[in-house]
Amino acid sequence: MRQTVCVETQPGGLTPLDDRGRKLRRDVVEIFEHSRRGHVGSTFSLIEIVRVLYDDILRIDPRNPRDPKRDRFILSKGHGCLALYVVLADKGFFPAGELCRFCAYDGILGGHPEAGKVPGVEASTGALGHGLSIGVGMAVSARMDKRDSRVYVAMGDGEINEGSVWEAALSAGNRGLDNLWAIVDYNKQQSYDTTFEVQNLEPLADKWRAFGFAVTEVDGHDLRALREAFKKPLEPGKPTCVICHTVKGKGYVPSENNLAWHHKSKFTDEDMAGLRAAFPLKEGA
Amino acid sequence: MRGKCLNMVHELARKDERIVFLGSDLGFGTLKKFREELPERFIMEGINEAHAIGMAAGLAFDGRIVYVNTIATFLTRRCFEQVALDLCLHKADVRLIGNGGGLVYAPLGSTHLAIEDIAIFRALPNMAIVAVADAEEMERMMPQTVDWPGPLYIRLAKGYDPIVSDPAIPFVLGKGMEIRRGTDALILCTGVTLGPAKAAADELAGEGISCSILHMHTVKPFDAELFLDMARGVRAVVSVEEHTVVGGLGGAAAELLAETPFARQPRFKRLGIPDIFPDKYGTQNQLMSRFGIDQKAVTEAVKGLLA
Repeated sequence: MRQTVCVETQPGGLTPLDDRGRKLRRDVVEIFEHSRRGHVGSTFSLIEIVRVLYDDILRIDPRNPRDPKRDRFILSKGHGCLALYVVLADKGFFPAGELCRFCAYDGILGGHPEAGKVPGVEASTGALGHGLSIGVGMAVSARMDKRDSRVYVAMGDGEINEGSVWEAALSAGNRGLDNLWAIVDYNKQQSYDTTFEVQNLEPLADKWRAFGFAVTEVDGHDLRALREAFKKPLEPGKPTCVICHTVKGKGYVPSENNLAWHHKSKFTDEDMAGLRAAFPLKEGA
Repeated sequence: MRGKCLNMVHELARKDERIVFLGSDLGFGTLKKFREELPERFIMEGINEAHAIGMAAGLAFDGRIVYVNTIATFLTRRCFEQVALDLCLHKADVRLIGNGGGLVYAPLGSTHLAIEDIAIFRALPNMAIVAVADAEEMERMMPQTVDWPGPLYIRLAKGYDPIVSDPAIPFVLGKGMEIRRGTDALILCTGVTLGPAKAAADELAGEGISCSILHMHTVKPFDAELFLDMARGVRAVVSVEEHTVVGGLGGAAAELLAETPFARQPRFKRLGIPDIFPDKYGTQNQLMSRFGIDQKAVTEAVKGLLA
């Protein structure tokens, strides 16, 4: 039987956005003003996850983004890059003026993030199922150096259809990498249909547990719950998996759980008017 | 050759703490001494090549130099996207040591033959490819791999291959090696085909045909300057490789010959595996003979082009 996802009843569906949550979404809308394209749903479901990491968790210095002692964040679901770009710009990794050149010929911000082009981006991603293996390598590297660096890898729910994710999970679990976090942006929508219809992941928490992870499930738009899940390993000697129940397109009603808003290659004037109205340039305007 | 290569990794790791070894479920006891001496830099992963390459990239992003080892075909076919993106796009300092390049695993069949590995990796920006002729040349080559910028594929032969390299000719990774200069034909080879190339040149010399030999151990970057310089003076060029004739050493030579104006265009022939999955088992040498990757085939090809 077909399973549908209802915003009102799903975790995170009714979680309100705060001013910063709206501001970051507004920054994304400003990017759309110039690019008229981008992954809307994937970005809006991810913003709280990325924001909490950069605001409260990661030990990083935008003035010294290659500091060996830093924590690492890999956005394995590279198509959610707009969430990362607005936060990196907000933190000062690069001038905010770059945002208006998203996907421009001579810009540094492509439709998927590239290390070496974008300060603060640890790994070039976009092809799915690569980030967790890279994260395992970084976590092992930190151990070799006896550094307390932590490695956070954010993946999409559709992404974890990829077999390489589970190769990496097996390795991380067997190595007991408690300096590694596998974060799943579980918005229950992939490109074609819901995850239940295309490739059901349930029982998802049990799968990660079976691979040797300590698992917690949180509302992926609840800032306090996210902070709690990221601040220390759930269990010593085990990597942590945080399953973040999110709403695809969170915060803009027409895009919420709407597969048509997964990716837009051409926003209409009506689309833009709606987005502008939802996230006005000045609060209350 | 494999033993020499891996022992060199151990030796180099003793001197350079950036070096890490990462194997994918290798044979029992492989690099036992490395593991005992430097356990923190010895990693044995399972049969998960795609993950292993990504993991190697993650280690390399921290400034480590990672030597990855498993069967060549699993490093080239199985995890192509990880090699392309995690390694080549990032210019990661990862060395891929591929066991059984070419027809080494003849008795095991097509699933284990790495007959298009050079072509696959030639298509990747930032990738370098090296195939030395024997264990002694491996020993001269390996120290140069440490500071090579970006990913490097090291194609291994069977092992206990005849020693055909000449220590008097300096080995320079990234450059072709001029073995000898002749006036009639150029034999272009890589890896173990240096042996049949030399034997054929000697045989032909006895018949009054003077051959150059260019050992292109580094297939990528391809030393175009040396190749074209040696090709300009002869009437025939024959490439010989333990690899498909599509896109490998002969392919690289063909591209250059076709695009380069010559006062007198040399005739050209590629020797290698035809565009098929090998249909027989047996030994490496049996398949080499079947496909014309031997002294006899080189000799006949040179004569045929000069006739």
